[in-house]
Amino acid sequence: MFGKLTWSAIPVDQPVPLAAGLFVALVMLGTVLLVTLKGWWPYLWREWLTSVDHKRIGIMYVLLALLMLLRGFIDALMMRTQQVMAIGAAQGYLPPEHYDQIFSAHGTIMIFFMAMTFMIGLMNFVVPLQLGVRDVAFPVLNAISFWLTASGALLVNLSLLIGNFSRATWLAFPPLSELQFSPDVGVDYYLWALQISGIGTLLAGINMVTTILKLRAPGMSYMRMPVFCWTALCSSMLIVAAFPVLTATFGMLLLDRYAGMHFFTNQDGGNAMLYFNLIWIWGHPEVYILILPAFGVFSEVIATFSSKMLFGYRSMVLATLAICVLSFMVWLHHFFTMGAGADVNAFFGIMSMVIAIPTGVKVFNWLFTLFRGRVRFEVPLLWSLGFIVTFVIGGLTGVLLAVPPADFVLHNSVFLVAHFHNVIIGGVVFGAMAGYNYWFPKAFGFCLERRWGIASFWCWLLGFYLAFMPLYLLGLLGMTRRLQHIPDPRWKLLLEVAEVGALLILCGIGSTVVQLIVSIRSRKERRDRTGDPWDARTLEWSTPSPPPEYNFAVLPRVRGIDAFWDLKQQGPAPGGETAHYEPIEIPANSPNGFVTAFFAVVTGFALIWHIGWLAWLGLLCALIVLFAFGWIPRHGRPISARELEHAEHARRVGSPA
Amino acid sequence: MSSPRLGAPCLLLASSLLGGCGSQGILDPQGPVAAAERLILMNSTAIMLCVVLPVIALTGIFAVRYRSSNRRATYEPRWGYSGKIELVVWSIPALTVILLSGVSWIGSHELDPARPLEADTPPLRIEVVALDWKWLFIYPDERVAAVNEIAVPVGTPIDFEITSATVMTAFFVPQLGTQIYAMPGMSSRLNLLASAPGHYPGFAAHFSGDGFSDMRFVVHALPPAEYAAWLAQTRESGETLDEAHYDALARVAAKAPVETFRTVSPGLFLHALRSSMQPFASAAGG
Amino acid sequence: MSTGVGFVPEHGISAAAGDARSASGPASIRITVAYGFWIFLLSDIIMFSTLFATYAVLKDATAGGPVGKDLFDLKTVGVETLCLLFSSYTCGIGLLSAEHGRLRAFYLCFALTFLLGAAFLGLEISEFARMVSEGAGPSRSAFLSGFFSLVGLHGLHVTAGLVWLTFMVAQTAAQGLRDYVRRRLHCFSLFWHALDIIWVALFTLVYLMGVQ
Repeated sequence: MFGKLTWSAIPVDQPVPLAAGLFVALVMLGTVLLVTLKGWWPYLWREWLTSVDHKRIGIMYVLLALLMLLRGFIDALMMRTQQVMAIGAAQGYLPPEHYDQIFSAHGTIMIFFMAMTFMIGLMNFVVPLQLGVRDVAFPVLNAISFWLTASGALLVNLSLLIGNFSRATWLAFPPLSELQFSPDVGVDYYLWALQISGIGTLLAGINMVTTILKLRAPGMSYMRMPVFCWTALCSSMLIVAAFPVLTATFGMLLLDRYAGMHFFTNQDGGNAMLYFNLIWIWGHPEVYILILPAFGVFSEVIATFSSKMLFGYRSMVLATLAICVLSFMVWLHHFFTMGAGADVNAFFGIMSMVIAIPTGVKVFNWLFTLFRGRVRFEVPLLWSLGFIVTFVIGGLTGVLLAVPPADFVLHNSVFLVAHFHNVIIGGVVFGAMAGYNYWFPKAFGFCLERRWGIASFWCWLLGFYLAFMPLYLLGLLGMTRRLQHIPDPRWKLLLEVAEVGALLILCGIGSTVVQLIVSIRSRKERRDRTGDPWDARTLEWSTPSPPPEYNFAVLPRVRGIDAFWDLKQQGPAPGGETAHYEPIEIPANSPNGFVTAFFAVVTGFALIWHIGWLAWLGLLCALIVLFAFGWIPRHGRPISARELEHAEHARRVGSPA
Repeated sequence: MSSPRLGAPCLLLASSLLGGCGSQGILDPQGPVAAAERLILMNSTAIMLCVVLPVIALTGIFAVRYRSSNRRATYEPRWGYSGKIELVVWSIPALTVILLSGVSWIGSHELDPARPLEADTPPLRIEVVALDWKWLFIYPDERVAAVNEIAVPVGTPIDFEITSATVMTAFFVPQLGTQIYAMPGMSSRLNLLASAPGHYPGFAAHFSGDGFSDMRFVVHALPPAEYAAWLAQTRESGETLDEAHYDALARVAAKAPVETFRTVSPGLFLHALRSSMQPFASAAGG
Repeated sequence: MSTGVGFVPEHGISAAAGDARSASGPASIRITVAYGFWIFLLSDIIMFSTLFATYAVLKDATAGGPVGKDLFDLKTVGVETLCLLFSSYTCGIGLLSAEHGRLRAFYLCFALTFLLGAAFLGLEISEFARMVSEGAGPSRSAFLSGFFSLVGLHGLHVTAGLVWLTFMVAQTAAQGLRDYVRRRLHCFSLFWHALDIIWVALFTLVYLMGVQ
């Protein structure tokens, strides 16, 4: 009746997951309770849960990312602590079956539900505004994408309390992830959560590509788009090209586990090396999906806070496109040690280094943007400077790892762990924090408090170096990754330094939380009345903060790069004056996304626990929802030209000269 | 091989930084493979530092010099292109990459794990089976075996044939160099050589399950006379490793103490390879 | 009144006077929807490519079991191919009829498309059933896992297409050939033709090359 699900799925005899699960459950139930008691459900439902507005969806994505950052970081802290405690004969406080779940969950959550979600959220919020249009190409699909991603995140967190998570690493390599060696539901939680959120991500990629290629303000040709939109385009094209590979690969692993097939099993012809190739054909573009939007953020931020145009626009675009294409030609560098032979290894090693060329070009272009500018040390720029310094070190170690004979001794060591955290934290996280601080006023109408922002930056920067430089050293000394206990007592000091670094990063995260609370409390004093708190260059800053639902009363006419800067210097282009309003229609809210996600969670949970009837029921309901919403013709909400004129006039009168 | 002279100063720098840690792991090569790999690492680092350090410096210099409160600095808000700078900016990474590509191509071929090493003595064959969670070493020509330790004569090339009985993992002895994956149903080839006597730790370098942290072994590199003594002693004590004993050893999913076997059935490595592909009994019968 | 893609204007915004070189503003809904659907189809083709690549790697891993030559019945597969190719033709005619407002022809053509698609599916399912009964099911060997998943994924797409077809015919009958209905019919036909193209590749690489 309930498949594999029994009461023993709740880990009453295991304090660590029980405590964690109860904590998460309490937070979620507490939130629901608070919302109910305060009567916020109608507001939430109307304004957020059924919203198809890209700005709202972007904010929800970022909120999800911040929550998952907390969850993933707690995992990290637990791992660091275990490694500091379990040296020599000591066993620490986390037995292997928990430690293995924690590092698997840490990677899964940080990549799929923190980094991806943060970048997609920023792209969602910013791109239509920067393009001078009113929304993405497919607003309802956008909502569905977000809610499917949230469903995946929910499923992963459910595994804390009901059952257990995967112990097969964040990539679930076979044969370890096959039924033979992972018979419990852990890998199934992993696979179904990622299949569901993967659909969401793919749809988001399709949406963004279509938006950037087909919906831009009049006059905005390709070479007049902001660089952030170029990086969003390339990142989204990578999503469209890479995620189907992930879906197919996980699908095959699922078929092995559920239908006894033999894609990657040890028996009957299965080929585990095939999985390595397929998963990394997805996996390498994935990291470029993450870093390209961050590069875009830095391009915007550095130009804005240098009060100077970005240096080398054309070569930035070219470099971004080159990275996009090249990212598909390097995947084997993740397993040089599989023994593919010297020619193959050398080819992929060289290609991996070639991709460092456009990346290097970008770094130089950012430096020359600072050169002869007027640099203002606002919080987003601090993150950008920290990024340049930190990322190039990560790039250095990346190039080292790209040389096959060097990789032969560094593969899978904590040197590798330090390298990818170097580029992901130094690149993606710093970019996310820069973007968060930069666009926060636009999203919410008031600026974030500055001093806590600076504190957060320094804690993260110093914390990162303390946490990961020791790992570079430890990798050289012979420490491999994913160790539950440490064999060599001589490594104790370095591990303790790493622990201090992690605690410092915790302070950084805490500072960000405090910054938010303090900013909300004092929001009246920090209201952004002009819509342009940074004296910025791109079109999103020409709207009020926060922008009206329709973004632009009249779509701006664009004459060149940095359209808003151009507008500020020379006034609006002919035809762009706001004297000429036309009626518009705002797409109606839709519960499609939320309801689809609900049934996705039900179906996913049922599949994980092999509850056949519930899986079919959930799938059927999801299909009915799909058809029902497809059947009903959607009516938008019209806004007359007079209403627009009224709103614009009120806005202009309200803002100080 | 490019720039060997860069290696020495880098080595000095690295050693002085490491100071109290002592030399271990890949910074303490005890064989030609590991030594060559460390050299490549040092040279590549030096080459990359030539680009990275100036970039870091420029970041600081530009940010400070062109800060908005410094009105003496030139301000050119509309300067966004320079052909000369573009040329330099594309060339520096490109030239660096070309240089390192050469290192990669040559290094990948010279240090291909399957490539036999040149030495005066003929190679010693050792077959390796990764189990859950221990290492079994079979000497097919000497007809002995051991769990979690091996002895090798100094200066003799070792020709490893490596497989796994269960899941994918990796075989790695940092001080001897190159690691390689151990994969069920197939065998990987690895050639290493110990050029000085010592006891070198080895371990599994790819996560293989709950007991992964226990998959450690030791390589005893012994002068030829001592190696011969070890061989003789091994043949006189310990049990016989036949297929039944192997199956029993493989079945227990736990770490194991060091153990040696006086004799090994021929073809045991092949038996291990094949047994990894046998059907398994699952609880649900799926 | 526009539906579905709310902010995208029904028709494009014309370029500002005297600025002929620049982009002319957001594209119309019709173009945007079709473009987005093309991108989706490309992603779907990539998913199929993954399975094609898997099949190519696993096609000789027969684990001592049956090989393609023993199993594939080219006559049946030939009939399946004809069904599918003809269904693409009827689908195309049906779409043209709809675009010219000729509803009876549209219904007829789409009914034929459904029947031909269902025939394809029926033959394929019976072929699968035969193979399973002969002990050549997907869990027999890696080769068969690759075969069943690749051909099966295509079959699942055809099934989804038939369901979508039914829905579209019902919606046309109930709501008429409104703009959003036309757009969806256009997307459907793109989907159906894409499945045909994938089948041609499948037929060639799996069946034709498998029996040699």
